[in-house]
Amino acid sequence: MRALVWHGKEDIRYDTVTDPQIEEPRDAVIKVTSCAICGSDLHLYHNFIPAMLPGDVMGHETMGEIVELGPEAKARGDLSVGDRVVIPFTIICGECDQCKRGNFSVCQRSNRKKDLAEKVFGHSTAGLFGYSHLTGGYAGGQAEYLRVPFADATHIKVPDGIPDEKLLFLSDILPTGWHAAMQADIQPGDIVAVWGCGPVGQMTIRSAILLGAEQVIAIDFLPERLSMAEAAGATIINFEQESVTERLTELTDGEGPHKCIDAVGFENHICLGQPDTILDRFKQMTLTENDRGHVLREMIYNCRPAGVISIIGVYSGMVDKFPIGIAMNKGLTFRMAQAHVNRWTDDLLHRIEDGQIDPSFVITHKEPLSAGPEMYRTFRDKQDSCIKVMLQPA
Amino acid sequence: MSFMLSQLSNITRSPGDPKVVETGPSSLKPADSFGRALGWFSMGLGLTELLAPKMLTRWLGVEGKEGLVRAYGAREIASGVMCLSVNNDLGAWSRVAGDMLDLASLGAAYRDDNPKKGNVGIAIAAVTGIAIVDAIAAQSIRSLHKRKGESVRDYSDRTGFPKGIGYSRGKASGRVPHDMRATPSSAAASPATGETSPASADLILEVPA
Repeated sequence: MRALVWHGKEDIRYDTVTDPQIEEPRDAVIKVTSCAICGSDLHLYHNFIPAMLPGDVMGHETMGEIVELGPEAKARGDLSVGDRVVIPFTIICGECDQCKRGNFSVCQRSNRKKDLAEKVFGHSTAGLFGYSHLTGGYAGGQAEYLRVPFADATHIKVPDGIPDEKLLFLSDILPTGWHAAMQADIQPGDIVAVWGCGPVGQMTIRSAILLGAEQVIAIDFLPERLSMAEAAGATIINFEQESVTERLTELTDGEGPHKCIDAVGFENHICLGQPDTILDRFKQMTLTENDRGHVLREMIYNCRPAGVISIIGVYSGMVDKFPIGIAMNKGLTFRMAQAHVNRWTDDLLHRIEDGQIDPSFVITHKEPLSAGPEMYRTFRDKQDSCIKVMLQPA
Repeated sequence: MSFMLSQLSNITRSPGDPKVVETGPSSLKPADSFGRALGWFSMGLGLTELLAPKMLTRWLGVEGKEGLVRAYGAREIASGVMCLSVNNDLGAWSRVAGDMLDLASLGAAYRDDNPKKGNVGIAIAAVTGIAIVDAIAAQSIRSLHKRKGESVRDYSDRTGFPKGIGYSRGKASGRVPHDMRATPSSAAASPATGETSPASADLILEVPA
């Protein structure tokens, strides 16, 4: 089959690889109909996430049709060959203590290289598709076929009659944006500030509106992203043209937002007007710091006392100059996680069917899988007003 | 090379995992590859200047300037690190700036009383050539990665709410699950009545008289 394969920093190739095979009784193989490039794939593209190896298949936003089922996956009754499924980026067993509590992204059994993860994180987290050997080294779904471990739990069954464009993002960015809003505990009347208007930020903005936020403030610097945020009714701040702190103060009568959400993560934009972003990049380049913490600092500084900081953007390791003193004295609550995708997807599918939200608004580029290497560059360099790339195998 | 590495890494994969059979087109463009080559060149030159400055000062007839050569070595290594990073355009431009500094220093050593004036002339010619190559590389990398001149697309019609914002706003209000709740809103929990707040009242033990 053909697949997008990681070969090194900024080196993604459209390779011919062997087809995936059923290995365990709970596995399934799906024929991919659509997949997407995620913003977090760019961390791999830049080689910032450790334990990627040449030959790793990329991708964790995938949907398709089941073509092969392991005996146990079949016996458990919910799946049949031919079913249309969206595959969540987190692999879940559905049976461990964390899965039973709904904490799917920290499934205790799905990371097949948990010894490595335990050494790095202290404990293992869930296995992820196409996201380094720290999270299991599973092949990803930017491919023609994908093996799905624990398939009877790791799937979202979707009905026919709704196009892929509307369903694909149940795999990651829609539930991820939803999770960011949920863990921020958004209540009607809240003023919510969202840092980053990439695909996850866009979904977060719309989730906040669904949850009844009174005002959503979207912070970014790219005009195309800001126009998309504005389309959902957000008030925008372009941090290259104005001071985030001054604008937030003005918009909240000096009180600060009730809820601040980081949809950026550790690769924030480097900006001359924000000197800490330059220092962070220098330290990251010289391997004295892993993660750039500008967004965290800005959120902590601007959040209303007793407010909530929700972190959904990806961080990989250590961050410097973390203002814990400000956070402590302001009594802030921190919530963070990789999204517990399956916890939210039934509800979100219902909202898509009801017309409350249509996630396809975020797709700016729809290309064949073979264009993947070019689209990684286009997406990374933010060329052609690219916000979200959807790929389809021939 | 990369194909060989991918074959080597197959020892970490299970039998059912996909394995590379043949590599195809890459996202990595020649300008970036050349930028990286410059990075490794910078690292090599920088280490030489840092570790063996006397060899260079003797060849150029500028004995006693070892400290300056070491400083230039550190600068080269910094440029090399940048060339090997994802901000490789900055790395290449920093090399161009470094070349100018090198040329200025070599110009000062190109004197009649320098017995190695000929060697200095060779070095000036070499650095001039390298500076041109660096400038071309920096320009190519920048033009490869910059946002092109086309107008920015306007997405202000992409609401994501097919039935309108009014229909969707608040449709999920009150649906935050208990374990996702952070804190009760401060106004509701602790009204400023001057008395014990209702939020803490249930924490006070009633001690029988």
